Amino acid sequence: MNNREYGNRNEMELTFDALSANEGFARVAVAAFTADLNPTLEEISDVKTAVSEAVTNCIIHGYEGKPGKIQIRCVLERDLLHIEIEDKGTGIADVEKAMEPLFTTRPELDRSGMGFSFMEAFMDDLEVESTPGEGTIVRMKKKLGCEPFIEQEE
Amino acid sequence: MSYPLFACGGQAAETASAGSFPDNREEEVMEDRFQMIGQYLMIRMPEEVDHHQAVILSEKADRYILKEKVDHIVFDFEDTRFMDSSGIGIIMGRYRKIACFGGQVYAIHADSRIQRIIGISGLKKVLHIIEEDGHEQ
Repeated sequence: MNNREYGNRNEMELTFDALSANEGFARVAVAAFTADLNPTLEEISDVKTAVSEAVTNCIIHGYEGKPGKIQIRCVLERDLLHIEIEDKGTGIADVEKAMEPLFTTRPELDRSGMGFSFMEAFMDDLEVESTPGEGTIVRMKKKLGCEPFIEQEE
Repeated sequence: MSYPLFACGGQAAETASAGSFPDNREEEVMEDRFQMIGQYLMIRMPEEVDHHQAVILSEKADRYILKEKVDHIVFDFEDTRFMDSSGIGIIMGRYRKIACFGGQVYAIHADSRIQRIIGISGLKKVLHIIEEDGHEQ
């Protein structure tokens, strides 16, 4: 079975509690979802880091350690992976400022302020949509594996 | 139950631990990761260095810094297969605590992946990466 049977599209959704113990689960789940595309170890590692950064942001900044739900939606379109990570937390007042390298609102928690920079560095595309008081959606894209080469045989 | 994480950190420690399970098993495993060799504190980093692990690890490291005579810190990445920016936060935070007394931070057994993360973060300015042959990068 592979995703070409569904018109080159494969989708998954995941909702879990905003607990730091779930960070490992979230990144491994997204990485496992991409397995069908035979991504390289480097690519898997990149995706895991980006997901880990986004989920950590939801827990520390979105919900500020309070209970809440984090939702991850992934779509594979051919060899392109779309990831959407959403929280219904406090939101970000100034997204541009938040995305600056080394900027952090929580230096006392030893946050390096590199979260968004890492997402940008390890993924091909990053978009952040946030409404203060309502929550934040992080959208990332990355091209994976060698699907186009297999495609040519058909 | 007395929970050692809250013992010395005050407000910051309580907020930091809010998102994690109080897990005694993790605490015990964490204990073998610290070793004093002379004035050097050796920290064997866990397999996965993320925010969840970072909270426990930083607390523990800070207690060593307070109690023992820690001049320098060596981060050993031999077991580490995954690290995100939380790892950078651990190193930066510990460095700030010892830098005022001239302390240095070192990384050993850092694979290409971890070196890349260290490179992007700009941490190379303060972190000495020691290669397998004992030379500094």
